[in-house]
Amino acid sequence: MDLIVTKGITKIYNPNKIPVHALQGIDLTIKKGEFTAIVGPSGSGKTTLLNIIGGLDRQTEGTVWIEGTDLTNLSDNKLIDFRKNKIGFVFQSYNLIPVFTAAENVGFIMLLQKRSKNEIDTRVLNLLKSVGIVEQMNKRPNQMSGGQQQRVAVARALASKPKFVLADEPTANLDSKSTTDLLDIMENLNKKEDMTFIFSTHDQRVIDRAHRVITIEDGKVVSDVNSSIN
Amino acid sequence: MLLKLAWRNIWRNKRRTLITVASIFFAVLFSIFMNSFQKGAWVRMLDNIVNYYYGYGQIHKKGYWDEKTIDDALELNEELLQLPAKIKGLNLIIPRLETFALLSSGEHTSGMMIIGTIPDTEDKLTQLKSRITEGTYFDKNDKALLIAEGVKDLLKVNLGDTLVILTQGYHGVNAAGKYPVKGIVHFASPDLNKRMIYLPLAEAQILLGATSMATSLALQLDDKDYLKSVIVELQERLDAETYEVMDWHAMLPDLVEAQKTDAAGNYIFLLVLYLIISFGIFGTILMMMKEREYEFGVLLSIGMSRRLLAFATWIEILFMALLGIIFGMLAALPLVYYFKINPIDFSQYGEGMAETYAKWGFDPIFPTVMDASLFYSQAILVLIITSLLALFAVWKVYKLKPVEAMCD
Repeated sequence: MDLIVTKGITKIYNPNKIPVHALQGIDLTIKKGEFTAIVGPSGSGKTTLLNIIGGLDRQTEGTVWIEGTDLTNLSDNKLIDFRKNKIGFVFQSYNLIPVFTAAENVGFIMLLQKRSKNEIDTRVLNLLKSVGIVEQMNKRPNQMSGGQQQRVAVARALASKPKFVLADEPTANLDSKSTTDLLDIMENLNKKEDMTFIFSTHDQRVIDRAHRVITIEDGKVVSDVNSSIN
Repeated sequence: MLLKLAWRNIWRNKRRTLITVASIFFAVLFSIFMNSFQKGAWVRMLDNIVNYYYGYGQIHKKGYWDEKTIDDALELNEELLQLPAKIKGLNLIIPRLETFALLSSGEHTSGMMIIGTIPDTEDKLTQLKSRITEGTYFDKNDKALLIAEGVKDLLKVNLGDTLVILTQGYHGVNAAGKYPVKGIVHFASPDLNKRMIYLPLAEAQILLGATSMATSLALQLDDKDYLKSVIVELQERLDAETYEVMDWHAMLPDLVEAQKTDAAGNYIFLLVLYLIISFGIFGTILMMMKEREYEFGVLLSIGMSRRLLAFATWIEILFMALLGIIFGMLAALPLVYYFKINPIDFSQYGEGMAETYAKWGFDPIFPTVMDASLFYSQAILVLIITSLLALFAVWKVYKLKPVEAMCD
């Protein structure tokens, strides 16, 4: 099943001054359950592509369909709603809400979805268990290590029951042990729950674990390798 | 959860929050105290002026107040004398017969104001008896005068000396009489102190050929809050073609203007104070928005609606304002109460100041007033100002682009 389809995605920054062509006609199809890494040198357009797929930014030309919905036609408010219900985000700097505990951070998005308290409590506990951080549930981000915070961020990304998770350089700030643990967790979720993960990364450890590696250079896809070895 | 988010957020940068809360705290404290002090001073001044002579209102024959001539005296009839029994809040009416006269003693002559009044009722309104500095208070059957201290000096008279009065009575009759001085009265106002002469009403009526007449009926109220209703009821009951009913606003327009001018000065000061505070709060909002731009971008990215994010930010700013307001009000309460029971006495700060106030007819004593409206009006004002300033944060949230916000 095609989860994400992009056709001719072009992104030009400063079109009226000195135009910067960040993306130049990207055509991609990502199926449900993929564990995909988008790689490329700095400035190649990985993050821009992720932002457009995640509905955080709008392309200059082209179309993005998520489960058949054309994001181009969604208003700003509908796009926020779409992100809340369909997409999970994991950021390089974790970006947890500093005044919330781990559990509150995970539960917050479900509150935005107006889920019941019981459902939230149960799911928060299960998610924190699944990322192996249930003991830290009452700690605030500044009381946790980077690896622990990133696990909470993964739990938060999954809390809304999204269709896929976009992870922008999720291991960039982590040590080897934390990176391995995090990748184990995500890979496990991918296998067990068929959750789709799309990473933008430089990290060879992530690339090595990805099932599909899309390489972008100068805003164009230069290679798209599907590997079943992993 | 949004309230929790807002509440915890204000403690993320404790120093900034404390500075903002402190600035609101001092604004509320100063504005409540200043308003309370200003209102207290005016209430006191008004009481002084009104209770020294005029009363909170008066009844005259129509047209008397414009000319103030004895020819416009009114007939003291039962309808008028029974009014206190019929009107709620009207405690007493004090009939007076007032005119100007020449007073003479030996070789000294001067123009004075003669007030014929009923000693007992006059004392109830103006506490005239308590202001006797020499001699004794008069009674209604006396054929004697009370004179102000300044008159004593001006005419070089002492207790028991006789003063000659020469004037024109009702409808032009010649009025002349001689009366001994029974008492000397102190008036704070130098103006009143050099021209006030009291006679018992009955004797004044005989002297001026105005039997059963009075030029004014001063009103004593159970409480000044009854003023409006008493005036309205008097206007309804009394024939408007015959009588005029005036409250102190109408009788003393200069005082009303002075009060307005003073209030305007106070408003300008408060405006400046709130302007400074507003800039302080706005600075906090600007810093907060800049510091949290990235975080707001993240919240929008993960699916928090702009409406909720704007609301949480707005509430966060209001929480800070509420803290400042609550502490400001709590601090103002004992301060205002203290100065209510221990008014500031400006006579302690130099004789000149006391004399200046005395010249205007009131004591240099300034109490505060405990008026709930002074407290909540400032609270509401600060809340409105902060709410409006917080709209900037709301606007910023609505303009925020998540991708740009998350670009460090």
